[in-house]
Amino acid sequence: MPVTRRDAMMIGGAAVAAAATGGNAAVPHQPPAPVAITLRVNGKARRLSIDPRVTLLDALREHLHLTGTKKGCDHGQCGACTVTVEGRRINSCLSLAVMHHGDAIGTIEGLGRPGALHPMQAAFVAHDGFQCGYCTPGQICSAVAMLAEIRAGIPSHVTDDLMQVAFSDAEVRERMSGNICRCAAYPNIVAAIRDVQEAGA
Amino acid sequence: MKAFTYQRATSPAEAAAAVAGHHGARFIAGGTNLLDLMKLQIETPGHLVDINHLGLDRIEPTAGGGLRIGALVRNTDLAADHRVRRDYAVLSRALLAGASAQLRNKATTAGNLLQRTRCHYFYDTTKPCNKRVPGSGCAALGGSNRNLAVLGTSDQCIATHPSDMAVAMRALDAIVETTAPDGTARAIPIVDFHVLPGATPQVETVLQPGELITGVALPPPLGGTHVYRKVRDRASYAFAVVSVAAVVAPGTLRVAFGGLAPKPWRVEAAETRAGADAIADAAFAGARTTRQNAFKLPLSKRLLASVLADARG
Repeated sequence: MPVTRRDAMMIGGAAVAAAATGGNAAVPHQPPAPVAITLRVNGKARRLSIDPRVTLLDALREHLHLTGTKKGCDHGQCGACTVTVEGRRINSCLSLAVMHHGDAIGTIEGLGRPGALHPMQAAFVAHDGFQCGYCTPGQICSAVAMLAEIRAGIPSHVTDDLMQVAFSDAEVRERMSGNICRCAAYPNIVAAIRDVQEAGA
Repeated sequence: MKAFTYQRATSPAEAAAAVAGHHGARFIAGGTNLLDLMKLQIETPGHLVDINHLGLDRIEPTAGGGLRIGALVRNTDLAADHRVRRDYAVLSRALLAGASAQLRNKATTAGNLLQRTRCHYFYDTTKPCNKRVPGSGCAALGGSNRNLAVLGTSDQCIATHPSDMAVAMRALDAIVETTAPDGTARAIPIVDFHVLPGATPQVETVLQPGELITGVALPPPLGGTHVYRKVRDRASYAFAVVSVAAVVAPGTLRVAFGGLAPKPWRVEAAETRAGADAIADAAFAGARTTRQNAFKLPLSKRLLASVLADARG
């Protein structure tokens, strides 16, 4: 069986954890008691017993091993960790998992998979909406939710008339400003999103 | 992040009592500012009281013809509310000028009022900061202070309040409604809600321990033209260098400034002067600038002139 990069990370993590517990007995503080929660991730109920300090991002990546959601800045500035909660996009790094007991969480893994891509994923591939790809899961989750926000009539900073909300490239650039791409694939990201919008219109 | 215990509150009274009853406890709603500060150990609460399930998430008309915004109404929902867009457009515009869509989907009305300054030295735990560690000094006075305050400051602190929303609420004369741990309700005019740093920059509002914001009431609509204009270092997703919230109606003018002070800055007596220069000169009386941030005063004056010219056609 081929060893994937994710398997290698999990094996590596287990080795580090074993080394840490074997080494130093001087623990200054007791960790807080774990809290039992259920997250509904991509349609499946996932039960966790979790330290209240764990962010939604770390719960997804480290506890549920859904590593598609990326940790960039971990301070809500880059958007790499964007997921949906009850259909709305948020920064999963700035929310505690315990605050989401019972919530429906949507991640990139729930949008599509190889061979059955979501239209937004296919459009990013078709338009080269990335170079290194690290920000891409966050960009795609954000873009899907962003089009829903326009359809719902939510205005933005660049909306001329607050009562008249319509799709435009300027709207996309403003509404996607919470997702940073350090490869600067922005023109192709906007083109990919425009394609999906026009196909769905 | 320091260890804490977690509690999900089910009523405002329970939440207020829980925070009053635990030393070092904090309310958490959107968490977009508090968790950031907890990761940096600038905030180290020992107990978090989750107030997201208190039902304070509605926008309702008041008996007096205004609007009451629940404390937990998300910034996106407040900006998009049809009544707010129609009757309080300056508030929608201010909200939409702030943060990113992801943050606005999570951040709450009350949390926005209570967000902390983005002064670099407040965030840098290796530097003195009277707001973070009272009595430790202020590294900003002799440091990088281009973005910091020019009005309402003290020798102890020159931090700005970062909110756009609060500047619009100041122009609208909003009322902050609270409940205390003993159940007492208070209505605090927004002008009195944030306090100037003086000798105690760690104290930023008049809220008492355990006192919970339940909502913000807007007076009846003023009509007129509503404008929020913000100057920042990039086109989107940046804090204001300076901003102006204005409501312009025949015979009346309201102007509040952001990015200049530790609270939204509005001087009612200045609003009756003729022309942007006279209004700004009166509103900015007593300003104390540094070499780096002195540009904020002429920039604000020009921004006001531009806003008034556009609003009055």
